Amino acid sequence: MRGFFSALLDPSLPFLRNALYAGILSSILFGVVGAVVTVKRIAGLAGSISHAVLGGIGLALFLSAHRIVPDVPPLAGALVFAILSAFIIGLVSLKAKQRVDTAINAIWAIGMSLGILFLAKTPGYTDLMSYLFGNILFISSQNLILLAILDVVVLFLAYRFYPQLEASAFDEEFAKVRGVPTEGLFLAILILTAMAVVLLQTFIGLVMVIAMLTLPPGTASHLARNLASLMVWGVVFSFLFSFGGLALSWIFDLPTGAVVVVLAGAVYLVAAGLKAIRPGGLVRR
Amino acid sequence: MVQREAQRDIVVRFEGVAFSYGDIPVLENVHFHIHRGEFIALVGPNGAGKSTVLKLILGLEKPNQGGIQILGKGPEEARERIGYIPQHADHDPSFPISVREVVRMGRLRGFQRFRPEDEEAVDRALAQVEVEDLAFRPFSALSGGQRRRVLVARALAAEPEILVMDEPTTNMDAESESRLYKTLGKLKGSTTILIVTHDTEFVSALTDRVLCVGKRAKDGKAHALVQHRTMRIAESPPELYGGQVAKVLHEEALPEDSCCIEVSSNVGGKL
Repeated sequence: MRGFFSALLDPSLPFLRNALYAGILSSILFGVVGAVVTVKRIAGLAGSISHAVLGGIGLALFLSAHRIVPDVPPLAGALVFAILSAFIIGLVSLKAKQRVDTAINAIWAIGMSLGILFLAKTPGYTDLMSYLFGNILFISSQNLILLAILDVVVLFLAYRFYPQLEASAFDEEFAKVRGVPTEGLFLAILILTAMAVVLLQTFIGLVMVIAMLTLPPGTASHLARNLASLMVWGVVFSFLFSFGGLALSWIFDLPTGAVVVVLAGAVYLVAAGLKAIRPGGLVRR
Repeated sequence: MVQREAQRDIVVRFEGVAFSYGDIPVLENVHFHIHRGEFIALVGPNGAGKSTVLKLILGLEKPNQGGIQILGKGPEEARERIGYIPQHADHDPSFPISVREVVRMGRLRGFQRFRPEDEEAVDRALAQVEVEDLAFRPFSALSGGQRRRVLVARALAAEPEILVMDEPTTNMDAESESRLYKTLGKLKGSTTILIVTHDTEFVSALTDRVLCVGKRAKDGKAHALVQHRTMRIAESPPELYGGQVAKVLHEEALPEDSCCIEVSSNVGGKL
């Protein structure tokens, strides 16, 4: 562990400090967006969006490599695909009366497949695994700035529209009767989640983003008394998992994203097990 | 018979309303109106379209034909002045929220944030329904009957002109039901109350008029709506409507404007 802390301070290892900053900044998104995803029960939709993002990354790399649109960053393609798939999934969920799960899975599969196809036709070596499972070497200062901006936006929106968020998640019909435009709010939540997924994937990878949007709030739910405390505890747990995962992956030379998710999953299972033993929950109510 | 005071304030008016879910007709040619301060029971068998009538009043569904006016406006404009208690069979027990926070939702107005006076209204609503002692408990830790009373407090927190309840006593224990009708008894006259129940035979004795969904319209598919009078039952079991029960006289259908006409001799109990 001492080796990890001295590595963090080592000037020749800036990427490790970037990874730590990314972990801290990501924790806010994991905790706050994750709490909303959990209480709105849209983890499936968020999972579909996060996987479809690969299509955008593949397209951006393809266009750039073939000089069709030179120097288009993968992040831009990812954002376009994320917002587009959030919009389609949102509209299908709101308007379709049946087979919503089929449409959601179709977006998931088509997005990923398009990504693989574009990458297959992109000359040069592309490290697919880095996009799918994250790579802390890829975290740039630009990533950190964008994460910080999205953190501020998400915190502001969660504070300003907290009563509407809480009501629409608890009882959508009632919120609508009280004048909350619940459908617009739902689409906004999905689009914001999609943007968060894109920025979080550098730290944790596309495949595992959804795990970090659900496991920390899942663990936090044993301690939380309301949505706000679910968000706060979600941020705390996300930070502990990110920091712990980063340290363990450094010490044992393992992929960071996978270690973070295994740590989050293990704590979640232990908490769920404890709750099963003590049916009243971890907190006396 | 004489005409009652010229224009008693009408707060809900349905004129020739028809509604269908896709190709499935539900309501046809529905006419009725409700005066300010009335206590109305909307009865009918399961699937007859009672909840649909409520959704139309709240502007959650739009009629295919006909017009609806609530407090002189369209339903969507007026719905913030309505207190709504949904049937709520699908409560999520894992949602972390306290009773007070649930009741505070009743004070929500569009994108506005809560103000100090909202907290005072929440206190009043909790007291009205006698759930002050539950205020800081998790909503999921309550019994079904307590939860239902909290939802009544949430609706009352808005200090509504019209209170709309969808089968509020489903799965409710006798004590909670009795307390609920005690609260409604206090509200009667000052707040217009529309209560939906699938018990087509008996209603609370607080009821002024019964609207019954279930009569087939001419084409035999959608349902129309008729009015019935009620007859107070002297000795009622205490577990039903707090012991104050009236029988619905289904064999007799009243004309739509019967509530606007004074009956010279009181036949068959209070209307």
